[in-house]
Amino acid sequence: MNLAPHLPALQVVVPLMAAPLTVLLRQRDLAYVLALIASWAAFIISALLWLQVEATGTISYAIGSWPAPWGIEYRVDRLSAFVLVLVAGVAAVVLPYSRASIETEVPRRQHYLFYTMFLLCLAGLLGITITGDAFNIFVFLEVSSLSTYVLIALGRDRRALFASYQYLIMGTIGATFIVIGIGLLYLMTGTLNLADMGRRIAAVQNTRPVLAALAFLTVGISLKLALFPLHQWLPNAYAFAPSAVSAFLAATATKVAVYVLLRFYYSVFGQSQVFARLPMQEAMLLLALAGMFAASAIAIFQTDLKRLFAYSSVGQVGYIILGLSFNSTSGLTASIAHLFNHGITKGAIFMLLGCVVLVMGGTSMARVQGLGKRMPLTSLGIVVCGLSLIGVPGTAGFVSKWYLLLAALEKGQWWLVFLIVASSLLAVAYVWRFVEAAYFREPRKDVVGSGAVPWSMGLPAAVLVAATGYFGLDTSFTVGSASRAAALLMEGLR
Amino acid sequence: MTGSGHFSYFVTVFLMVAGLFIVIARSNLIKKLVGLGIFQTSVYLLYIAPGKLVGGTAPILSDAFSVYSNPLPHVLILTAIVVGVATLALGLALVVRIREAYDSIEEDDILARDAAPGPIEQDP
Repeated sequence: MNLAPHLPALQVVVPLMAAPLTVLLRQRDLAYVLALIASWAAFIISALLWLQVEATGTISYAIGSWPAPWGIEYRVDRLSAFVLVLVAGVAAVVLPYSRASIETEVPRRQHYLFYTMFLLCLAGLLGITITGDAFNIFVFLEVSSLSTYVLIALGRDRRALFASYQYLIMGTIGATFIVIGIGLLYLMTGTLNLADMGRRIAAVQNTRPVLAALAFLTVGISLKLALFPLHQWLPNAYAFAPSAVSAFLAATATKVAVYVLLRFYYSVFGQSQVFARLPMQEAMLLLALAGMFAASAIAIFQTDLKRLFAYSSVGQVGYIILGLSFNSTSGLTASIAHLFNHGITKGAIFMLLGCVVLVMGGTSMARVQGLGKRMPLTSLGIVVCGLSLIGVPGTAGFVSKWYLLLAALEKGQWWLVFLIVASSLLAVAYVWRFVEAAYFREPRKDVVGSGAVPWSMGLPAAVLVAATGYFGLDTSFTVGSASRAAALLMEGLR
Repeated sequence: MTGSGHFSYFVTVFLMVAGLFIVIARSNLIKKLVGLGIFQTSVYLLYIAPGKLVGGTAPILSDAFSVYSNPLPHVLILTAIVVGVATLALGLALVVRIREAYDSIEEDDILARDAAPGPIEQDP
């Protein structure tokens, strides 16, 4: 049997089917092996899809052979293939890491359920990215969200429970806003297929429900991607979740939400004149700037590293949205490249922080004092990723920020260049807080570290740190894919 | 279309706003979930009501009928109801665990109990 034509379906089906199997196995080692196979299979499939899309262009797959727009269509274009590689790649790296990481953070009898939820979350995120059907996006969004709430609640601190509850409330409001927006679009266009919707929307572009749909979708998706000031769920969720979960979510969840925003803005609303009637560009620009400055400033004053880097994530989402607000090919290239580069950088940081939790018992500033002596490699890794967050040349973060600056210059917005650099200085400040504690303070006597980082945690973290460096030097994959995806999106706009 | 033709939309919007208001204004965790449920239910109505045509029948082809109602919104909302039930179940399960850990289901109490940090840290 030739599986190649069915790769788009397998991309989602493999993790989705593996998830209930891990429950049936009820044994954590078997569940781990199965989850590992499923996540690596998903990664290989995503890589094959990426190669296929780069070679032959957009793939359309009709689920159950029901042709679009009646049936559900899975659609892999240059943008979704790129995001699929990010999500599946991070999952393939985080899963081997999680085995040792959850050992101390999650009760043993719940380990097999951890893998179930991890696979469901992965299936949901991949599904959101690959589907070409608006209602299907909502369903997969809830698959990934519900499993995320459970994963966060697995954290060992009781505050994880409340963080999960808060995320459940905010996340459900966001998802319901999205489904209201999709419902209004369906009422006006009579189709749920995104490409078909994009073709038909021009006929109804001047109606109020379409404007309302845009508003509902923007607010709902902004909640999911933690755009300032809708980010309140994020810091607690990342801080109290088990480390492996923080790493996976920080690298993928908000990035997939950005993808959904791009998809709706460019593939659906792109072919109408809706944006000419609403000051969306200005609104997004303002929110992005507010996030870049406010969230980065809050990060400086955090006493816990996980919270510090969680607020930094909110700030970095600001850069991604800033690129989007330019509404130009170069701006989108910067956004999409930063989506990838920030994903791997933040994933690496949270994985390293998981190692710190394992050895030092926590990530508060008091506990990481003198970390440079106790855990030299881990500290070095965090510093390298911190440089990437700042945007120092030679790291992945520099590449996408450079393109963001170019996009701002192309628009002739000199003051934005100044603001981007100024907000990077805030990043210097919060990364410096870690450097100061780790390298210029003596370890506290009342904090006793124990054990060493197992290779099964150290190696995956090192892979992502190396990727952060590699993609800072070789940009052919990231910027190349991003610019081709951006060109494709802008084509839809014309 | 007259005002009465918009009746279902008035109900939808009332439920939507009422539900969202409960989520924001109440500090009791169970009441918040009830509000969330009402909010989600309003969306079911938003989808289903426009699918119904007065005098329309189920979409089974027959010479006797020429007006059919749209069945697709019902199918979509069936999925949304399942999602809503799952969300509510998970939310309630979390509230049970929160009550075990904090001995309270009032948001203000819970936040107040976590406000006092431990000796050397605010470790997660």
